[in-house]
Amino acid sequence: MTIALKASDVAKALRGFFTDGILRDNLDELWIDSNYLFDLCKLLKENNEFYLNYLVAITGVDYIDRFQLIYHLKSLQHNHSLVIKTELIGRDSPSISSVMNIWPAADLQEREIWDLMGIHFAGHPNLKRIMTWEGFEGHPLRRDHLGG
Amino acid sequence: MELNMNPTNNILPLHDTTWAFDKEEGSVINLMKSTHTEQIAEPIIEVPEDLNRNVLVSSVDALLNWSRKSTVWPLSFGLACCAFEMMASAMSRFDIARFGMEVFRATPRQADLMIVAGTVTWKMAPAITRLYEQMPEPKWVISMGACATCGGPYYSSYSVVPGVNHLVPVDVYVPGCPPRPDALLYGIMQLHEKIRRYRLLSQPAGGK
Repeated sequence: MTIALKASDVAKALRGFFTDGILRDNLDELWIDSNYLFDLCKLLKENNEFYLNYLVAITGVDYIDRFQLIYHLKSLQHNHSLVIKTELIGRDSPSISSVMNIWPAADLQEREIWDLMGIHFAGHPNLKRIMTWEGFEGHPLRRDHLGG
Repeated sequence: MELNMNPTNNILPLHDTTWAFDKEEGSVINLMKSTHTEQIAEPIIEVPEDLNRNVLVSSVDALLNWSRKSTVWPLSFGLACCAFEMMASAMSRFDIARFGMEVFRATPRQADLMIVAGTVTWKMAPAITRLYEQMPEPKWVISMGACATCGGPYYSSYSVVPGVNHLVPVDVYVPGCPPRPDALLYGIMQLHEKIRRYRLLSQPAGGK
């Protein structure tokens, strides 16, 4: 059985590296500043203590005034998992750094989130629409997207 | 062999190589979405009231129609969950081979019947019209399930065609979500009835 890491323990260990990147921890979810996402993920993957080498899923959520991104990470060696959450304020041009250089599995997931929610992933080498077609107007899973 | 753990470094950016194709595909789909707004009428064989049950079908017609209806080869064309019911109807329990239809063709050039089994998205629309145009005449289309008939649960969705009859003329609609193989077989039998009524002189078989 995979053990979910306690976010408070992870936050305590990570505060040694990032003083302001960690916002808060809540049971097994770690809230981080979106600007620190790439460095923090790199550390979580390469650090022997965590070694979260498997990206399970990236989820995007539209809360109208902000977008939330949820990263589910897992370590196949240590058999533990961690959930990272981060928020992007504003609807006009939300942008976050891509984690594709850390986990290649992020490729299609980031493209899907870009396609359906319009969150830009800076540094993604092939960020284009994947579900809908090129020339589609808008991002259909946004709350303010009208069908048709 | 060394594993390339960092695929972004060495390979050519896909974006550059496929961008032209993507834009072309997108413009085709957008054009189809803006032009295919009307339903295409069902190809109905009209027999005038006074001629109904009074005209002898010539033997050539009868032979042609019998041979056509006895070997309707379907195109294996599953789009969504309806495809499983279509496959089931080809298996021994429901046994579509009774009608000489067990040969699901992998190429449209050898097929007479397109069973549109499942949700038709706009992204799939160019492929459907192309496959339909590649089928030799006479050709027939069965719209299987609620999605293919009218969009079903995805009606007025941003990505789903509101009925495959916006793209190709449909001969038989099979309702259900998904329709059981029995229902599909009934639809096929209705199509056989329809094929049986074609006449060489006034109403050639199949197509638009």
